Amino acid sequence: MSVLRVALLIARKDLRIEWRSRTAIHTATLFAVLVLLTVVFARDGGAVSLVTLAPSVLWITIALASLVALNRAFTLEREHAALEGILLAPVPRSALFLGKWLANLTFVMVVVAITFPLWILFYGVAVTPALIPVAGVAVLASIGITAIGTVFSAMAVRTRHAELLLPVLMLPFLLPPIYFAAQSTVRLLSGRPLEELWGWLRFLALYDLAFAMLAAMLFPAVVDE
Amino acid sequence: MTLEAASAGQQISRGRIVTLIGVVALVVLYVMALQFTPPERFQGLAQKIFYIHPPAAYAMQMAFIFTGIASLLYLLLHDARFDVFAEASAEVGMMFGLIVVITGPIWGRPAWGTWWEWEPRLTFTVMEIDLFGGYFALRGAVRDPAERAKFAAVMGLMALVLVPFNHLTVYLFASQHPQPVVIKTSKPELPFEMLRTFLTGFVVFTILYLGLVMQRYGIGARAAIQEAADA
Repeated sequence: MSVLRVALLIARKDLRIEWRSRTAIHTATLFAVLVLLTVVFARDGGAVSLVTLAPSVLWITIALASLVALNRAFTLEREHAALEGILLAPVPRSALFLGKWLANLTFVMVVVAITFPLWILFYGVAVTPALIPVAGVAVLASIGITAIGTVFSAMAVRTRHAELLLPVLMLPFLLPPIYFAAQSTVRLLSGRPLEELWGWLRFLALYDLAFAMLAAMLFPAVVDE
Repeated sequence: MTLEAASAGQQISRGRIVTLIGVVALVVLYVMALQFTPPERFQGLAQKIFYIHPPAAYAMQMAFIFTGIASLLYLLLHDARFDVFAEASAEVGMMFGLIVVITGPIWGRPAWGTWWEWEPRLTFTVMEIDLFGGYFALRGAVRDPAERAKFAAVMGLMALVLVPFNHLTVYLFASQHPQPVVIKTSKPELPFEMLRTFLTGFVVFTILYLGLVMQRYGIGARAAIQEAADA
């Protein structure tokens, strides 16, 4: 079986398990909505308008929601020692990484897709064609974030205080992509010319590329006993 | 896997000697900075911190880069010595990082008129400290020594790759926000006395780094041997 085929099988298995109970996706989405809500209550309504906060809030929400989503990536495998079963199968480790990554990316994308319209609604974001590239930036940022998250969640799940550890490990790695993505979002929403955007997107793509490759190389070392 | 108790003890005593030399050199640096280097015209005595602050920042960066390289070597060679060294270097780097974020605001208050400024290098240091804080949290959360070494090496190597991105981020970050600089220091040509003291600082902090890492390596090696014996 080719690497891609195995990866798709693993991703499909993960997503099917999620789909059957849907608890994780409901919880992660609810969490994202609660973050959107928290900022509304924590802000000084007289001084800062919600529209001004909108790009920041979008990226804080995506960062935190992806942490919550990634926390569950290996918990099921761990609970039933299912990972050992997969590791015994004569398939390349790179396929396992790719499959897990695809599943995580899809999961995060679904959470973002549900949260995105609510963000527009709650924060009074103008509905313009600029929102399409903003969604594109969200996809671009999520690629790198979930690649790193796949490695870190595989490690964190085998430690004490896994849920506490994952955010502490991951957030320092999320600062650069969140910065690039938030800067792109600000420019897109204020209708700046495309040239101003190009640099930020390039950094984001570079980040994705660097960490996707590194994560793929390091993942086998993490899961092998 | 060759960690020996005898050589660990030797490392500690050698490290103590090097550290002692470093501390004496630090005293010399203080005397040079305060007595034999003219005060800066605008900043006065506050500028003296610059004989400590940039060398500490450089030592932190060096320490974390070595942790990253040792992590890579551990993943390739599975030699426990690289893991012990990576941890030692990270811990010493953390200490230098704390020196940077403590001395920065002390200078910032008189020079910028504010205790904290999101200045690129200071921001970078905070990002690195948080990053390696996570490295230690990870080390503390894994019981099995082999697994701990492996996970820490993965994190250490990823941190090494993150360094250029953090540099890029803070560089762009700063170019966006004009700083409320009371006194602007736009890379002045240093007079010879200042340059001499400044460069001495870098030598002193390199010696301190070496001495502290040697000691910490010895302590780490001892702990690893003990842990293996207890298992």
